[in-house]
Amino acid sequence: MKWPGWIVLNIVLIAGAGAARAQLVIEITEGLDNPTAIAVVPFSWQGEGAAPEDIAAVIDSDLMRVGQFAPVERNNMLGRPSRASEVYFRDWRVIDTEYLLIGRVSATDQMRIEYDLFDVLRQTKVYSGVELGPINEARMLGHRISDRIYQQLTGIRGAFATRLLYVAVTVVEGGKDYFRLTLADSDGARPIVLLESREPVMAPTWSPDGREVAYVSFETNRPAIFRQNLQTGAREQLTNFRGLNSSPAWSPDGQTMAMVLSKDGSPDIYLMNMVSKKLTRITRHYAIDTEPTWMPDGKSLLFTSDRGGRPQIYRYTLGSGVTERLTYEGPYNARARVAQDGRNVVMVHQQDGRFHIALLDLVTSRLQILTRTELDESPSIAPNGSMLLYATKYAGRGILAAVSVDGDVKFRLPARKGDVREPAWSPYMSR
Amino acid sequence: MKHLPIAGKVLTLLFTAIFLVACSGSDTKDAEEAAAAEATARAAAESAAMQAEKDAQAAASAETARLEDAAMVVGRVFYFEYDSSALTPQAIAALDAHIALLNNDGRSVRLEGHTDERGTRDYNLALGERRANAVRDYMGANGIAGHRIETVSYGEEQPIATGSGESSWSQNRRVELK
Repeated sequence: MKWPGWIVLNIVLIAGAGAARAQLVIEITEGLDNPTAIAVVPFSWQGEGAAPEDIAAVIDSDLMRVGQFAPVERNNMLGRPSRASEVYFRDWRVIDTEYLLIGRVSATDQMRIEYDLFDVLRQTKVYSGVELGPINEARMLGHRISDRIYQQLTGIRGAFATRLLYVAVTVVEGGKDYFRLTLADSDGARPIVLLESREPVMAPTWSPDGREVAYVSFETNRPAIFRQNLQTGAREQLTNFRGLNSSPAWSPDGQTMAMVLSKDGSPDIYLMNMVSKKLTRITRHYAIDTEPTWMPDGKSLLFTSDRGGRPQIYRYTLGSGVTERLTYEGPYNARARVAQDGRNVVMVHQQDGRFHIALLDLVTSRLQILTRTELDESPSIAPNGSMLLYATKYAGRGILAAVSVDGDVKFRLPARKGDVREPAWSPYMSR
Repeated sequence: MKHLPIAGKVLTLLFTAIFLVACSGSDTKDAEEAAAAEATARAAAESAAMQAEKDAQAAASAETARLEDAAMVVGRVFYFEYDSSALTPQAIAALDAHIALLNNDGRSVRLEGHTDERGTRDYNLALGERRANAVRDYMGANGIAGHRIETVSYGEEQPIATGSGESSWSQNRRVELK
């Protein structure tokens, strides 16, 4: 197994930038009424010294966060089995546990985690697995186990072993703010600062393989699009045009980047070939055309335009060159993002003067408002389509929040200090 | 450069006088007297021209100072209504003061467009540009050459007031002249 070099690189960056301030904390606000009770027993440890990470706690909080599960509290557990032979189902039935997860962690050069999942009511082993990786990636190994458990219990691939990009801002009263483009695990742990600037940093986005990010930085005193390789740290300025250079969006095949430029007058959508850097203009309208995002098949793009007077979502199909309007409900629909199923579209939707996150089903054309706070923006869908992250304000601070696509589960991820905004959920990471 | 024509006019007048004096004499003595008179007149002309130049400079710097004061009074920030890039009467009045100064001093400017926090960040970036362009176009229509104006939009990224509410939002929907 090969591990990306940026892990090493960014440890240096942490020391340099003092990044820990951008650390997110999780506050669950709404869950399901009848969550599945699962006991994640502390994993046994075989190695030198104390265990480097409480793997069971990582899994516990992963499952708790998504709302469908109610992890059993440790002090309610009547035993601490780590092997199948030590499991007594009656100990778990008596405390209404439906599923039981046990595991064993050992480490020499690498970490090795073996784990077993049991159905307590049926008294059977449902799944067994092994995860291997470097010791300093222990948390990520835990998230991978969470992914497996989630898939076993829901039939949907988990999205815990993924990462988040976001912009953390430290407001300086009467001076220039600090903008920190930050990369963290999907639970907000292990934040790493990729870029620190006193000028705005905006619109972070992922390459489809999860190896690169792109964003808009004002470090040259005007907006410009940059790409940055997470493995090598190499950075490239892609645009330096007069006017807007914004909203980068990699195509699903990684060959093309959609972006917004206003060099020819008003903001329009352009496609940049990532090898030749050649530009193709795809919208031509005196109105604002912005916020392009790709449909998963790469054959069309959604974008925001106020060509009808107010911002609404439109679709541009590459083959035919046809543009059609998708949203009609409400005076303001903007910044769409599409789930991998190509059906669920999330966007910022205005109702009664408030900005919420709404979900549009492209098949039924039904629009459902998912959030109730009033300055919600920047929705980003998990690669498995089950949850989305967005930015909002809470107690006067910019925070991240999450909601399930059915609107039933909600949790907040404020930073310990300062404001956080513009979350971008990574694709599934290639191992 | 602007005051030279005035100095020129003074010089022309004086040289005309000298010419008339010079033409009135016919013998050598007259010629000597004429030459002396010419020298005196020339010195007087030069001093008058210098004085005129000084006066003109003083007048010009007084005018510049007046325009600078007028521009300072109206400030360098022009405000907008929600989701609008239309110049308000107050913004136009303030801009006129700056345009008068710019037509006088020939400086280049940078216009920075901003929005309030409502709505999406990238749409707001475009809206901020629209506001900066509205100011640029008004300046252009009033004699400021396009190459002297740079526009940039910061969208909602650099608020003046950080609170959520109209009192903060109205301060943040703006174009700043730099």
